[in-house]
Amino acid sequence: MIQAAFVLLYLAGALYIGIFAFGKSRGDSAEDFFLAGRSIGSFVFVLSLFGTHMTAFSILGASGYAFANGVVTYGLMASSSALIVPITLYFLGTRLWSLGKRHGFMTHVQMFRDRWECGHTGTLIFVVQAALLVPYIIIGVIGGGTTLEVLSGGAVPYWAGGALVAVVVMSYVFFGGMRGTAWVNTFQTVLFLVFGLIAAGVIGEGMGGFAAVMERLAGSPSTAPLLTHERVAPLYYISYMFIPLSAIAFPHIGIFCFTARRAKQFKYTMIFYPLCILAVWVPSVYLGVAANGATDVPEIQRKIEARTELAQAGPDMAPETRQALTVQARGDDVIVLLLNRYAALWLAGILGAGILAAVMASDSQILALSTMFTEDVFAYYGGKKRFGERAQVMIGRAFVIVLTGVAYVIALGVPASIFGLAIQYAFTGYAALAPLLIGALYWRGSTKWGALASTTWVAFAVTGIAVFQHTVAAPAGAPIVVWSFAGLDVLARTAGGTAMLGFLPVVPVTIISTVLLIVVSVLTPKPSQATIERYFPSRRLD
Amino acid sequence: MRKRLLYAAVLIVAVVHQDFWLWDERNLVFGFLPVELLFHSLYTLAVAVLMWLLAKYAWPEDLEEEEDGS
Repeated sequence: MIQAAFVLLYLAGALYIGIFAFGKSRGDSAEDFFLAGRSIGSFVFVLSLFGTHMTAFSILGASGYAFANGVVTYGLMASSSALIVPITLYFLGTRLWSLGKRHGFMTHVQMFRDRWECGHTGTLIFVVQAALLVPYIIIGVIGGGTTLEVLSGGAVPYWAGGALVAVVVMSYVFFGGMRGTAWVNTFQTVLFLVFGLIAAGVIGEGMGGFAAVMERLAGSPSTAPLLTHERVAPLYYISYMFIPLSAIAFPHIGIFCFTARRAKQFKYTMIFYPLCILAVWVPSVYLGVAANGATDVPEIQRKIEARTELAQAGPDMAPETRQALTVQARGDDVIVLLLNRYAALWLAGILGAGILAAVMASDSQILALSTMFTEDVFAYYGGKKRFGERAQVMIGRAFVIVLTGVAYVIALGVPASIFGLAIQYAFTGYAALAPLLIGALYWRGSTKWGALASTTWVAFAVTGIAVFQHTVAAPAGAPIVVWSFAGLDVLARTAGGTAMLGFLPVVPVTIISTVLLIVVSVLTPKPSQATIERYFPSRRLD
Repeated sequence: MRKRLLYAAVLIVAVVHQDFWLWDERNLVFGFLPVELLFHSLYTLAVAVLMWLLAKYAWPEDLEEEEDGS
């Protein structure tokens, strides 16, 4: 109950900050509600952008992945993001900010419509972006439900925890808009930056020191590979360099770029983003691996037994049994279990609140989708002109309520793990949409037809992957090769998803998206010279 | 020239991320830190330094003009 009390205190704090302390609007304009009047300063911009990008997946999903696959998780997901995300902010984020300031853009689609002189292609991009964002929003609700259930030792059921988190998030997004959301994200980032390190120290001491734990893991043939790359194939590892391309294409990150008061905010973010990654992910991954040595935590031991049973199972294992063992083996909650075992109750409560802070990242996605709906659909199709800007903001707020409700209902029925859901659909799709931004901002020759071809491909490919994985059951052990050509395994169903020529789908999907943008653009008419001149003035070509 | 050198450094850093030479290295540094995790922690620090260099020496000039309101 003490833990639940701290978590409730944290939720109340988030509500206060989001609604009353900093969330107060300074005007009735859409720009004020959705972009905080383009006035976010350095401190909030750096921490909020980081907190916005980090979700349940970075704390719970990553430690769960590290629990099963080892320290390679940091190289796969963290250090790749530490490089690629700042680079995309440097090349793309600053350009988006500059164009937004000059032309009043509030979303990617507004810029695409202007840059390529297109209407319906922009609408299609909106639909694809929105469809890909919804699973990401669901992650937040699932993470909230899981965390509260585990922290309370089952006293708060999953459905109630998810509902509580959803209502809190919905409330401060509804009342505080971007300003409230950015300040809550800043508060959350500070919490999980500080508490991650404290959690690592407390758990290490409780386990009798990390040196003893790691020595044990290194000494056992079954756990020694957790200290290396061995559980991840090289092509799979390379694939993860493509995943962080999704960051700048995510609406909540792209839209957040429009909120900066000055360009120098990007400078600070580029430098501090890798450092924040280091502070959050190293403890998260390390604790996930160390959990394998927690021999006195029965829940974790049951996970390890389920994993061993799965690894030894042959193809004859009944699908229901395999599914039950897969669920049992999931490590998304290992950090919370370690806290419950090794930290004093009051400290576990405070640290649990820190974990919940990391999980509650769906706020900015919900606000982004609301911004997109009101700007790219409502305003674009005449609603703003007809009903005015106040009505636009009201519709945006109503959209926040509906969207949160829908995400919650879906979260109740979705069986996929936090990590898998995020990687397989949203990240792949957004990474493959990144070439659109590069084309729009850096290539005079890109056209709306190229963008249309690329977007259609992304929608087709992501749907195809989802259907494929639904149709072909995941194998217990070695991948099932579905299509091979000239001795190469072109398409295979793996235990964790899909492999194409050994890569994650994100690689071929992004490459084909790029090729389509280039080829179709070359073959189709360009936007007017006046538009191209606005985006590529002669002095920038020197 | 400075800008190009820094862009080349970004490419090199991206390649170095594929640390194949540590693939099955099981050593523990200081008795508790897997060498793979230490490498990528130092790598992340190096990226932060590279970003500082980009921000200081290769910042797009037209963004500064934008800030001045031109």
